[in-house]
Amino acid sequence: MRHIISVLLENEAGALSRVAGLFSARAYNIESLTVAPTEDASLSRMTVITSGSDDVVEQITKQLNKLIEVVKVVDLSEAAHIERELMLIKVRAAGKDREEMKRMSDIFRGRIIDVTDGTYTIELTGTGAKLDAFLEALDKSVILETVRTGASGIARGERVLRA
Amino acid sequence: MELTGAEISGAEIVVRSLQEEGVDCIFGYPGGAVLWIYDELFKQDKVKHILVRHEQAAAHAADGYSRASKKVGVCLVTSGPGVTNAVTGIATAYMDSLPMVSISGQVPTYAIGEDAFQECDAVGITRPCVKHNFLVKAVEDIAPTMKKAFHIARSGRPGPVLVDIPKDITAAKCVFEYPKTVSLRSYNPVTKGHPGQIKKAAQLLLEAKRPMVYSGGGVVLGNASAQLRKLVQTLGVPCTNTLMGLGAYPATDKQFLGMLGMHGTYQANMAMQHSDVLIAIGARFDDRVIGDPKHFGSVARKIIHIDIDPSSISKRVKVDVPIVGDVGDVIDDLLKALESAKEKQDAKALKAWWAQIEEWRSKDCLRYDHKAAIIKPQFVVEKLWEITKGDAFVTSDVGQHQMWAAQFYKFDQPRRWINSGGLGTMGFGLPAAMGTQLANPGATVACVTGESSIQMCLQELSTCKQYRLPIKIINLNNRYMGMVRQWQQFFHGNRYSESYMNALPDFVKLAEGYGHSGMRIEDPKDVEPALREAFARKDDLIFMDFLTDQTENVYPMVPGGKGITEMILAEEL
Ligand SMILES: Cc1ncc(C[n+]2csc(CCOP(=O)(O)OP(=O)(O)O)c2C)c(N)n1
Repeated sequence: MRHIISVLLENEAGALSRVAGLFSARAYNIESLTVAPTEDASLSRMTVITSGSDDVVEQITKQLNKLIEVVKVVDLSEAAHIERELMLIKVRAAGKDREEMKRMSDIFRGRIIDVTDGTYTIELTGTGAKLDAFLEALDKSVILETVRTGASGIARGERVLRA
Repeated sequence: MELTGAEISGAEIVVRSLQEEGVDCIFGYPGGAVLWIYDELFKQDKVKHILVRHEQAAAHAADGYSRASKKVGVCLVTSGPGVTNAVTGIATAYMDSLPMVSISGQVPTYAIGEDAFQECDAVGITRPCVKHNFLVKAVEDIAPTMKKAFHIARSGRPGPVLVDIPKDITAAKCVFEYPKTVSLRSYNPVTKGHPGQIKKAAQLLLEAKRPMVYSGGGVVLGNASAQLRKLVQTLGVPCTNTLMGLGAYPATDKQFLGMLGMHGTYQANMAMQHSDVLIAIGARFDDRVIGDPKHFGSVARKIIHIDIDPSSISKRVKVDVPIVGDVGDVIDDLLKALESAKEKQDAKALKAWWAQIEEWRSKDCLRYDHKAAIIKPQFVVEKLWEITKGDAFVTSDVGQHQMWAAQFYKFDQPRRWINSGGLGTMGFGLPAAMGTQLANPGATVACVTGESSIQMCLQELSTCKQYRLPIKIINLNNRYMGMVRQWQQFFHGNRYSESYMNALPDFVKLAEGYGHSGMRIEDPKDVEPALREAFARKDDLIFMDFLTDQTENVYPMVPGGKGITEMILAEEL
């Protein structure tokens, strides 16, 4: 099953490679991993999307907790949560495609953030599934380039993850 | 905090930090990046430095020193090849959870990343085989980093910590003050077990019809041998130890069933499988211990698991009552819970259980041919045990000899059996014996080894000469990588591919070449007198080369991936 795990860790050089190294050394899956400092500059917040049986995911959280620089670990999938990912996509938008591209972007609540005679660059935010759906909806031949951030997650309601 | 006082160099801070930690002995090998540190070592005499002949041995010796003394082992190596050579030793300590601090030199900060001479990414290379590591980037950080390193190495589930220090930082100066305390918001190991879980465990143990205690290296590392004995004796139940846990429960006691696992005794493996309540203490159900987890799980039993490391619990085997905490503390609490419980043990069931166990024990699974004309390796270990009155420190390498030492030397005390269980590192035995001897001057130290393993860190005979370490090397020389040959015999149709040790040196002459004495023993009747003679020579290292039966195998044996009751026994062949 797919799990979304939030990790609060010391914002120190090498902390990221410890996490990445743990996943590869123990052959755990990583679908995506994002990390950036938080409002407290001494801490980074990481979101890892992984998949595995309950036993494997239990081991993943235990092993993450064991890393000295990891302050807290939460499996967001255990309760209601929100997940968002950002995608930037450059598409061919010339001639008859141009109007259609604009329409598609609007339907998915994308924003056109850069324009040339022949291309649009669209910014799109949502769950990974929504971004996938957008890509599905486009004709493959119009997609010139995509870049995705990987998902970030946060719990719904009043639950907070702090040091 | 405003620091006052004279400024001293980073190198001096390293040495002063070691002194503050009470380190009296370190193992190392110099080189360009650590010259300032060696300069400071030269100027003082509180920290003794043991010059090894290869950095792998520095790490193994520090590790052995720690195993035999409860202290943190320390090694010091230079950048590049110095630290890469030490990696095997660090990984060995990691797999067996030994508290160790390795200090490595690094190229100057301004040269890092430029492929400088003897540069390597020490922190990157060691990351997967240390509990934690640090690259020190400023001279002011040395003291706090050393404090953290020792704290992390020895607390919680212990492990090796590497501190990588660039050369310019050891030359830079600042005021020294060693931190009195250390607190890390992200690292607070639990020590007290959960009272509710402990109560549940006590109930299960009292209700059990076929209870069993299975303890591992965690009890040795946690210094909880006394508590374990009390628990086993209070309950009157059988106890088995893993390879790493030998000595935690006295091997000569009748409640001890011997070691379990791949080369465990018949009775230990059978009792393990057929118990209805199993309490695992500081052990991790690893593949060499329980074999196939599916087979192990095919019978119903309740499992209680006490461990300091939550990730060891329910990793290979699902348990019913997990208890995270310091093993000694938890057993103390468990004993109290047992005392105050209303339930009584089922004496009748326990009696029947013991009757069953005695039947298994009567198989006498470690039996071997005592009348053979060639020296049997088991016989050498048995005699070693007799002659040292079971009171020696015994280190070993990896292979058949290691298993025979584990099976036939009856350890009655913890920290006497020193071997590389997790990584299985050939070459460990001799340097570990050096560390053991240095931690216990005057004690009897034997290194049980094989002619292949001993050649992996043989150069340390020179270190032994320099520091007059009177280790007795018991070389069970079967002219084969015996354990490899055994697997090839059982599982590869007797094709002994590259496992024959050809062109062996004359070990007697070799020992003499290093300034020691050697003995070659070929006849079973000479085994005992030779051992007596060697152990009487308290001040000398003696290399005892026993020519043993080339075809002997280690029994019982659970083939890899099988269940623990699927043993191959000697009599079946
Ligand atoms: C560094 C290292 N390389 C290879 C092995 C694989 N291995 C395990 S046992 C063994 C043979 C050991 O032979 P020897 O030291 O003569 O002991 P014996 O089994 O004959 O008692 C080998 C090669 C190992 N454990 N460690």
